[in-house]
Amino acid sequence: MLSRSGRRKATLLVCYGIIGLFVIFFLFPPYWMAITSLKTNQEIEGLKGIPLLIQEGATLQHYRDLFAKTDFLIYFKNSVLVTVPVVLLSMAISVLAAYALSRLGFVGASVLGTAVFLVYLVPDSLLFIPLFKIVGNLGLLNSKWSLLLVYPPLIVPFCTWLLIGYFSSIPKELDEAALVDGASHLQMLVRVFLPVAVPGLIAATIFAFTVSWSGFLYPLAFIFSSSEQVLTAGTVTSLIKGDVYHWGGLMAGAVLACLPPVLLYVFLMDYYISGLTAGSTKG
Amino acid sequence: MSANGTALDVTAPARVKPERARWPLRLRSRGAVGVVMCLPLIALISGLVAYPFFYSIYLSMLNKRETTFVWLDNFRYLTTLDTFWTVVQMSFLFTFLAVLWKAVLGFTLAVVIHALPVRGQRVWRGLSLIPWVMPLALSSLGWWWIYEPTHSALNWLLMLVGISPKPWLSEPFWARFSVVLVNIWYGTPFFMITYLAGLKSIPQELFESSAIDGASAPQRLRYVTLPMLKNIIAITLLFSTIVTLATFDIIRVLTRGGPRHTTHVFGTYAFELGIATGDVPLGAAVSLFMFPILAVSAFFILRGIRRSTV
Repeated sequence: MLSRSGRRKATLLVCYGIIGLFVIFFLFPPYWMAITSLKTNQEIEGLKGIPLLIQEGATLQHYRDLFAKTDFLIYFKNSVLVTVPVVLLSMAISVLAAYALSRLGFVGASVLGTAVFLVYLVPDSLLFIPLFKIVGNLGLLNSKWSLLLVYPPLIVPFCTWLLIGYFSSIPKELDEAALVDGASHLQMLVRVFLPVAVPGLIAATIFAFTVSWSGFLYPLAFIFSSSEQVLTAGTVTSLIKGDVYHWGGLMAGAVLACLPPVLLYVFLMDYYISGLTAGSTKG
Repeated sequence: MSANGTALDVTAPARVKPERARWPLRLRSRGAVGVVMCLPLIALISGLVAYPFFYSIYLSMLNKRETTFVWLDNFRYLTTLDTFWTVVQMSFLFTFLAVLWKAVLGFTLAVVIHALPVRGQRVWRGLSLIPWVMPLALSSLGWWWIYEPTHSALNWLLMLVGISPKPWLSEPFWARFSVVLVNIWYGTPFFMITYLAGLKSIPQELFESSAIDGASAPQRLRYVTLPMLKNIIAITLLFSTIVTLATFDIIRVLTRGGPRHTTHVFGTYAFELGIATGDVPLGAAVSLFMFPILAVSAFFILRGIRRSTV
């Protein structure tokens, strides 16, 4: 029979063992992508030694080629050009709606609240075909600007919902006092609510950025030319050329395209997680 | 405000009346401001979600050239296709297996991380979320390379431990296995993080008092943890059912539905028919088959959430 602290140590050891297995499973793909992007072509194609390590010297050639010989930079620029306005637009719509829904009781507010929640559950693969027709009718087919139209519906419901949670936690006395002092609702939103809800705003912005940056189905369906394509669909469709896959170059592209959301996550992890769990615990 | 108001009531009764008379007007304008602030949201929902949804139903009842209305012919035609039934089967199989494993693994990981000293939890939680943060289309590309049969890591590892290499993406059974595995890899962190948040919301005293009463660890799991997390577990399962059923990226990148259509799910098959081969109405009809499952899940999620807030 083990002592109490001995048992505790044994339990911890088992826990760390299980977590270790999970972390290897979770991190192997990014590790394999990164290491492949740094290997020479000869090493990737050769079957010598241990492929899990770089044995013949690391190279940045695949990254240099990505910038010099492919449309990668165009995709990158397009992704930025789409993501920035999508985030701003979505945040503006969400902030206004969240303020109104959490503070200004009006006829139909609760119905709208439920509708927002239901819309949050609508996945992109349910409506991309009618949206394909609608985008076409508006003359936006094969244009990156079509994404400004179709991404906000995927983002706004969650952000609104998240912000309602943050706004509701602000004491009502605060806005009553401000209103008595003659502040308009817009002034109050900007001067009282937004400063208090900064963590919520950060979490919502990260969410908006991630959805917009990672979207794959819509650009794949609506955009055909390289000059208009964004990173996800561009990397997947046009960096693959011919029958011989250039794994090194492909992985270099994937790694670089993954970097912005992953970096954002690394630096703002706590906001990210609070946003992610807001729905499940508060809701 | 209320303190201010009562002070006014006492000292200056004459002001009470106009204050009251102003109320209805103020309420009305308050409501009007609310509606105006919600207009962009309302426009977004009605123009880009509700309208496309009804438009999709209309589209699904047109012929291929979109010139005549054919009622339910597209749906009827789909049910005569063997491929369509393969898609239905795969969609359900994929969703069931992936959600089940994500829930089991996510729960295990959450319990294990929760058992660590609080100081160490943050790092492991942070590392475990990486798959969820990477854009799925791009990590699928990474998995595509992992599954490559001759030059890549997975078969090399198998051979290292003396197992024969597998045709990961070119044989129906292994292709299905592979796409489910990637979905588990991607979605387990989400389950972990919600369950972990749930575990942290359980009062510690419950565990302590049950431990004093002599409950073993499995008993505590059975009689304390699971009942306390029942609602979160149910909501997460339903939510993930919707997201998993709607999977597109993984399958489009890894197999494009192949080999022989055995890995197509509703989303990728709708894309194949509606966008790639240009039969928009038929594609719209395939997408709509997802709707009943989404609606039922949404109904129960909403009920679960109402229950947990009341």
